[in-house]
Parts: sequence; C-alpha cells; structure tokens
Amino acid sequence: MNFLRQSWIVAAKDLRAELRTKEALNASLSFALVILLLFSFAFDPTAEQTREISGGLLWIVFAFAGALILNRSFARELVNDCLDALVASPLSGAALFFGKCLANVVLLLAIELVCLPVFGVFYNVRWTRQFWPLLLVLALGTWALTVVGTMFSALTVNLRLRELMLPTLVYPLLIPALIAAIQLTTALVGGQPLAGDLLNWLKMLIGFDIIFTALALALVDTVLVG
Amino acid sequence: MRQKILYGLCLAAVLLLGRNLAVMLLELPDEAAQGAIYRIIFFHVPAAWTAFVGFFAALVASVIYLAGKNLRYDALAVAVTEVGLAFATVNLVTGMIWGRIIWGIWWTWDPRLTSMLVCWLLYAGYLMLRRAVEEPTQRAKVAAVFSIFAFADVPIVWFSIKWWRTQHPQPVVWGGGSMDPAMWRMLFLNWVPLLLLFGVLAALRMRQEQAQREMDALRRQAHAL
Repeated sequence: MNFLRQSWIVAAKDLRAELRTKEALNASLSFALVILLLFSFAFDPTAEQTREISGGLLWIVFAFAGALILNRSFARELVNDCLDALVASPLSGAALFFGKCLANVVLLLAIELVCLPVFGVFYNVRWTRQFWPLLLVLALGTWALTVVGTMFSALTVNLRLRELMLPTLVYPLLIPALIAAIQLTTALVGGQPLAGDLLNWLKMLIGFDIIFTALALALVDTVLVG
Repeated sequence: MRQKILYGLCLAAVLLLGRNLAVMLLELPDEAAQGAIYRIIFFHVPAAWTAFVGFFAALVASVIYLAGKNLRYDALAVAVTEVGLAFATVNLVTGMIWGRIIWGIWWTWDPRLTSMLVCWLLYAGYLMLRRAVEEPTQRAKVAAVFSIFAFADVPIVWFSIKWWRTQHPQPVVWGGGSMDPAMWRMLFLNWVPLLLLFGVLAALRMRQEQAQREMDALRRQAHAL
C-alpha cells in the first residue's frame, strides 16, 4: 500500500511538472505528428494498404515519440542535483521508478490518443470499430515501451551520449513487444475481434510486461544507488 | 604458468581443428542433396552454440558482479561477450553463405536467423554502451544490468519471431532430414576446438581488460599528482 502511495506521489509530481512546462509533451507530440505526415508522403498508401500497415506505422510513431519522453524522464532530475535528493529521500528506488513509469505511461497514452484520430483523418481509416480492445493493446504496449525505456533512462542518465544510447539499446530489446503490439493493432484497426490467434499475441505482450516489470523493479535499486 | 596453459590450449585447438578439417575434406563424403557446401555446418552450428555459451557466461558474470562488485567479473563479462559476439558473427556469415548457395538468397526472415540477428544487435549494443561510460564502476554496473536484460529478452524474441513467421509464407527451411551419425559426430567434435579457442580468446581479452583498467588507474593517479 505504502509502495503504491509513494509511487503515486512521484507520478503526480512528474505529471505536474510536465503539465506546467509541457516541454517533453510538446516536443514529443509534434514529433509524432511530423512522422505521421512523413509516412503518408513516403508510402502514399491506398485505404487497403493503410489497413495492412496501420499497426507498424502507428507503433513506429509511438516508439519514436516515446523515446523523447523517456529520455527526459530521469534527465530532468539532473538539474540542481534533484536525482540525488530523490535517491536520498525515504522513497525506495522501486517506488521512484514505478512512479516515473506511471507518469510516462499517462503522457505517452495521451499522445497516442491524440495521434489516433489524426491518423484516422489523414489516412482515411475508421479505427474505432474495436475501440476498447484497441485501448487495451495500446495500454499494454505502452507499458512495455515505458518500463524498459524508463529503466534505461535511469541507467543512461549520467552518460555523455544519453540521447543516442537510449533508443539504440531500447528498440532491439522491445522487438517482441513491438511485434505483438503491431500484429494486434493492425488486426483491431481492421475491425477483427480480439479472438483466436490474436489472443496468443495478447498473452505474449502481457508476458513481456510482467517479465520486464519484475526484472526492472528487482534491479532498479542497484542502478540508482549502486 | 598461466601463459603456458593458454599456449597449450591454443595448440590443442589448432591441432584438433587441423585434424577435423582433414577428416571433413578427405574422409566425409559430400552430402547427397547439398553437395560440398554442407561442410559449412561444422562451423556454423558449433559457432552458434559457442556464442550462446558466451552470452550465458556473460549473464552469470554480470549477476556475480552486481552481487559482489568485484571488477574481475566485469572484465570476465566483457571478455566473454566480445568473444561470443565474434562467434555469433561467424554463425551469421557462414549461414548467409550457405543460404546463398542452397536457397539462392543471402537472407530470409526465418526465426533462427532473425533471433540471432537481434541477439547480435543486443550484444553489439552492450559493447557500444560500455564505450559511452568512462567511470569504471559505473560502466560495470550499467553494462551488467544491460546484459541481464538482453539475456532475458532472447527467449522472448525467439518465440515472438516464430509466431510472427508462422503467420507468413515461409521459404523452405532446414529440410527436416536426419543427418548421418558420422556427420553428427563431426559436429560435436568440431565444437571442442571452437570452445577451446573461445576459452583462450576470452582469457586473453579478460587480462587485457584488467591491464587496461590498471593503466587507467595509474593515469588518473599521475593526473592527481
């Protein structure tokens, strides 16, 4: 209980700071929209083609936009040595990490929910036919992206090449989660119900989330404290 | 003394490799369907096994490092990862050469190939990550955590790509036939020199890494004075 309360305090702090400055949010959202636009020039797809590539297109946009948010997650605490203060506070490292994950998930989901209607309009796709299953897949995929990304944000926070290292390390690790999310999203945007083969992908996504959340929570104290 | 053991192991590896090559080329017949090129399997498959031995050793060394913070294990982890990555490269390249001749294509998104490629990317990322961190204990910590994450990812990558592929048309893979016992024996026999070579290279690399750290420490000391 205490753990969740502590995590929530960190998440609320991060969200408040972000909503007041909006620096990562604005950058990430406009970046996402630019990539969405670029894809339509790059492929100029017909409605049929768009349905086939929708999952891949959306998740590449989300993964790129996510990297911008995740990069900032721990780096913003470097100013005035805030990170040292957080580590020295009575919070456990796991609670600090979990709180940051929660805040990042909320921010990323917000960006995704803005991108989806834009995608629907630009590409002329009716994406709402399986709205709730799609939302579930978005949440699970975003959690995978966030938990691995936040962990590496903590890991690379003191590095010179932080902005470069994070995506190069995180994307290969995320391949299973991205494949699952892409398969599911393509099917759901196409109007297929969440059943049959798709359930296997859902299980894989959930499994990925559980394994990497557990691993990250187990290792984060070592990363932050040393 | 250690030096002599290493030389001895190296010599044993070379002799065994020479003997195996002679048997492969002179005694074993060409494979019925594939002709002469099948011999590449004697390096291709054991190289993959050796690479995974290396990655597993890196996982163990990383966990031991995080538990005890002894930099020896960090040196061990980087040594086995680097040599393991070299063997993974051998595996990928020999596989591509074989594929070009038997399938007519250099690459296909088959689960085995793709997983190995992802694995290769992950551990190449590990080496890149190490170069980005200057402070030795921080580098060791960051690298050890990444190594654990990478190893946990490999089985999931394997399953995900396998499922991904079963939903797409597949090229003909592996032919499912059984192999002659003499060829099986050679496969394992040739693993022995590759493992010996792996051990020697990893030991050398580990010593180099430790020497490097000592030199860095001395340089810092000189700066301080």
